[in-house]
Amino acid sequence: MQTWQFADPVRLEEIAARIRKSVIASLTESKSGHLGGSLGLTDIFTALYFSALNHDPHNPGWPGRDRVILSIGHVAPVLYATLAHAGYFPVEELNTLRKLGTRLQGHPGRDHGLPGIELSAGSLGQGLSVAVGMALAAKMDHDIHRIYCVNGDGELQEGSIWEAAMAGAHHNLGNLTAIIDRNGLQIDGPTEKVMHLEPLADKWKSFGWNVLECNGHDFISILNAFRNASDSAGVPSVIIAKTIMGKGVPSIENDYRWHGKVPTIDQSSEFQQLFPESKQ
Amino acid sequence: MNNFINKGNKATKTGFGEGLLEAGLRNTQVVCLGADITTSVGCNLFADAFPDRFISLGIAEQNCIGVAAGLALSGKIPVFATYGVFAALRAADQIRISVCYNNVHVVIGGAHAGVSVGPDGATHQALEDLGMMRVLPNMTVLSPCDATQTRLATLAAIEQCTGPVYLRFGREAMPDFTSDSMGFQIGKSQLLLPGNDLTIMATGHMVWEAIQAAEILGFSGIRSRVINMHTIKPIDKEAIIGAAHETKVIVTAEEHQVNTGLGSAVAEVVVQNYPVPMAFIGMHDHFGESGDPHQLMEKFGLTARDIVAAAQKLFGDKVSEL
Repeated sequence: MQTWQFADPVRLEEIAARIRKSVIASLTESKSGHLGGSLGLTDIFTALYFSALNHDPHNPGWPGRDRVILSIGHVAPVLYATLAHAGYFPVEELNTLRKLGTRLQGHPGRDHGLPGIELSAGSLGQGLSVAVGMALAAKMDHDIHRIYCVNGDGELQEGSIWEAAMAGAHHNLGNLTAIIDRNGLQIDGPTEKVMHLEPLADKWKSFGWNVLECNGHDFISILNAFRNASDSAGVPSVIIAKTIMGKGVPSIENDYRWHGKVPTIDQSSEFQQLFPESKQ
Repeated sequence: MNNFINKGNKATKTGFGEGLLEAGLRNTQVVCLGADITTSVGCNLFADAFPDRFISLGIAEQNCIGVAAGLALSGKIPVFATYGVFAALRAADQIRISVCYNNVHVVIGGAHAGVSVGPDGATHQALEDLGMMRVLPNMTVLSPCDATQTRLATLAAIEQCTGPVYLRFGREAMPDFTSDSMGFQIGKSQLLLPGNDLTIMATGHMVWEAIQAAEILGFSGIRSRVINMHTIKPIDKEAIIGAAHETKVIVTAEEHQVNTGLGSAVAEVVVQNYPVPMAFIGMHDHFGESGDPHQLMEKFGLTARDIVAAAQKLFGDKVSEL
């Protein structure tokens, strides 16, 4: 079993700052993409790849690795920046995001050969089913690795998510953790205005899941949730992570118009100055 | 006279179930997913033999396809069968992205193909599945002609393919006339009867009708080439071009919409390589309905007699132009 030793939160803050800066830079370069959600999930991804996960950037196909399924493929920039900073591929390659011939497709595509991509995804509502399949396979083979699936909150409006939720509980997939990016916003506005999700925790509880909540920008809170999820034997866990779309750039925080927007060159340098180079 | 004898009527879904069981015996990585109609689609043999490798997922086809993709990405060989309408259409987006774009080896069984489903009516008669599936990159599409061949096709789909496969089969007991010795090679059609006056290219249940049609045409001295198009994708271009070249007219026959189905697939090859007149036996932009399977085949023009009529017309036009 995994031993839970948390990485130093101060170090994680520094890494997250570097990742945020890379996310902003790559999206400025690509001139299209999704900044708000990418910044909002940066701390979650940092906590996964720099503390929680059992993985090897130099052996991305290692069968014993924990898997991360990104169901909301549109926040690929934060996955790519995290993978690059974790050592899966050179950080410089982030500048190729969304360009012809790139391994960094607009939504993750395994066919382009980027190391660390577990699933080609982007059509909402599909990732959790795939994660259930991976968790079932691990259980059948008595493998101990975990499956993490990152979902959006607006994505929960897709019916197939709840088909997968039923299946995860029915098959007692204690090796599965879903992470909900609960920023409360989607393209048309607040989730509760577009289509009510609350009471969200009760919904998952009634589907038979172990429900955990965390502050998606507090590393101790995030890592505690990951640890508690891994302790839930025989029951899948869902972590409802309270996040802020655009986190780290105060002028765009909680502004749903930044769901699918990128900064201008001027805005970009302004935004990047918010993340000074950390002392190594 | 042809050498094909009906060994007795048998549903193609039975052949699927037998092939699945056999593949399961040979390889412990083969798993089967159930969406509540396990016996109805022939998966009960596997489920009974390997309860630990049978995964019940309820009436949730979209989730079934995603789960299958996850299993395949983890080294399993998942086989998921349900009615073709629900597999190919309801879960189409999951098949497109989670299965085909990821290019994983998932075998999707599409049961209840065609109007021969009978009394259940239009909602349950798969008539668009071949078109829906053959349009997807990376997908292999199989449509075997009888129970014996469906067993071989199932084994090929599980044991020879490395990417996504859609395998179509029917519900009604139909003539079982092929033999194991004929073999089954994906993408390589089977020449069942030689002839140079015209060609009948058929798939699924319509292959038996095509053989009967050739026999009837033979009474008036017309020698028909009958080809079993058991693979819709990749389509056997060589056989199609050869038929166009050597027989000058082609009739296609399928229990499916002629637009997007076998007729379209053959026509795409014909017009680009050696354009010849064609006739299309199949559903013509129409839903099915309730009725006895044979009544429905007659009503929608899916019998040997309908093939004969289309063939005679094409052959007559060809002769009059000589």
